Amino acid sequence: MIDVQEVGRTFTIRRRTGLLRRERRVVHAVQNLSFTVRAGEFVGYLGPNGAGKSTTIKMLTGILAPSSGRIQVAGLDPARRRTALARRIGVVFGQRTTLWWDLPLRDSFELIRHLYKVDRVAFRRRLDELTELLTLGEFLRTPVRQLSLGQRMRGDITAALLHDPRVLVLDEPTIGLDVVSKAAMRGFLRKLNAERGTTVLLTTHDMGDIEKLCDRVMLIDNGRLAFEGGIDDLRATAPEETSIEDVVARLYARGAPAAGQRQARGQ
Amino acid sequence: MSAELRYPAKATSRGRPRNQVAHGPRSRHDGTLVRNPPCAVAPARAPGEAVFQLYARIAWYGFRRYSAYRAAALAGAFTNTVFGILRAYVLIALWQARPGLAGYDVADAVTFCFLTQAFIGPMQLFGGGLGMAERIRSGDAAIDLLRPASLQGWLLADDLGRALYLFLLRSIPPTIVGALLFGLVFPSSAATWAAFAVSMLLGIVVSFGLRYLVDLSACWILDDRGTAQVSLVLSLFFSGMVVPLNIMPGWLGTATNALPWAAMVQVPADVFLGKITVTDALTFQAGWAAVTLALGAVITRAARRKVVIQGG
Repeated sequence: MIDVQEVGRTFTIRRRTGLLRRERRVVHAVQNLSFTVRAGEFVGYLGPNGAGKSTTIKMLTGILAPSSGRIQVAGLDPARRRTALARRIGVVFGQRTTLWWDLPLRDSFELIRHLYKVDRVAFRRRLDELTELLTLGEFLRTPVRQLSLGQRMRGDITAALLHDPRVLVLDEPTIGLDVVSKAAMRGFLRKLNAERGTTVLLTTHDMGDIEKLCDRVMLIDNGRLAFEGGIDDLRATAPEETSIEDVVARLYARGAPAAGQRQARGQ
Repeated sequence: MSAELRYPAKATSRGRPRNQVAHGPRSRHDGTLVRNPPCAVAPARAPGEAVFQLYARIAWYGFRRYSAYRAAALAGAFTNTVFGILRAYVLIALWQARPGLAGYDVADAVTFCFLTQAFIGPMQLFGGGLGMAERIRSGDAAIDLLRPASLQGWLLADDLGRALYLFLLRSIPPTIVGALLFGLVFPSSAATWAAFAVSMLLGIVVSFGLRYLVDLSACWILDDRGTAQVSLVLSLFFSGMVVPLNIMPGWLGTATNALPWAAMVQVPADVFLGKITVTDALTFQAGWAAVTLALGAVITRAARRKVVIQGG
């Protein structure tokens, strides 16, 4: 469903070093990255801040074109077929919202229906189903600006699923949620994956998400794939550690020397 | 088509039993995900119609979005009216001293003054971006770029909705007050009214075209406040908002009347007053609308290519 082959992405950063002199520096946000996500898988995508996760997601969704290599998502080259791809995938950025601030939630969904050309009957059925599962009923008519973070996030997940995408890309969907909301969100995602067969790629810093949801974990550091395997394989990298946080922290620490470089990359 | 959209069967073997999580308040709802037949079936309608529906809806939502700020619009209308009255007295004094200046008599000049006040809202003469610069700065632009729609078309539709709302709340009240206090000159024929409506619409499109360019400049310079300031000064002066452009002498008059900003105030006002040939006026405005939109489209493409989306 997602196929990434030897992908690299470089950014050129220009910096003033003198009155007129400028320094050009090439930063490799992602280099020689290859991985595959099969249909129906639930894969976690981990990495420290600035490791290249967001860059990867932007390339997978077609916002950013890779500098080298080849990407296929749902059978399409994202950068070339961005619009066609948008109709096949759903994307949620936990820190941003697709919803319209001043409009009732329901109206945002209606706009998305037109945007994705979802037929009216299918839309109704889908929205009813999601309303039930995510208990949106009580705030469907509330303007988005008045929603709590948990409500807004449920609204955003719904917005990403209205056109019934085959692939769902989630960028920190549980960030800032309380334990109850988080549990509800996880329960929903698991159900979506198990019962509907939606392929999910999830980036998160919450190890609970990873433990409770993912079949497989990929860990990126310094723009390269540093680990790939099941949760048990992940634990096996540091058997002496008891918590998954510590295991992952160890893996992150291995790539630590380039911490300074990492910061520049976060831009 | 349907075969392609069907969900692949879920891989059944899971290596590891999952920890059960309490569903919290959700658990009382016994919702299950029903495996639907594939939806997202393309509508039977012509694609053109579907696209029109989408943009019509965006425009309608733009209208509604602005209607959330009714108090702001009414306060704007009040300010526009008060300043209209102040400026009207200044212009009356000027035209009494110099009758026939710029081909206007006193009544024309006062009408011009109230028209410019009426244009402030819909044409956003005092600046007022499309919100895109802020979204580029914060990185929310990533979401706009994800949508399967033209960014420019989207924002234009939204802006037309906004303009219609502000037209109702900020253009009509000052005009009524002006007419009651000073007796404005109104077009006598329906044809002139129709021409004025088209002219005003084109003016709004030109205004959008220019503001879109200012907003997108944030892609390169990270902050549009500088360009917005420059744009504000240019649009106030060169549109005819401060003084009618016809007053300007010689080449300055010719130049200012040829620039895009004239399409926002001077030209529609002259259509209203019947001081310009309608076809010339509309051709001029349509030309600038086309140029600014085309330039915007080119820059959108460039921005897509270079885009560095801020923040993780």
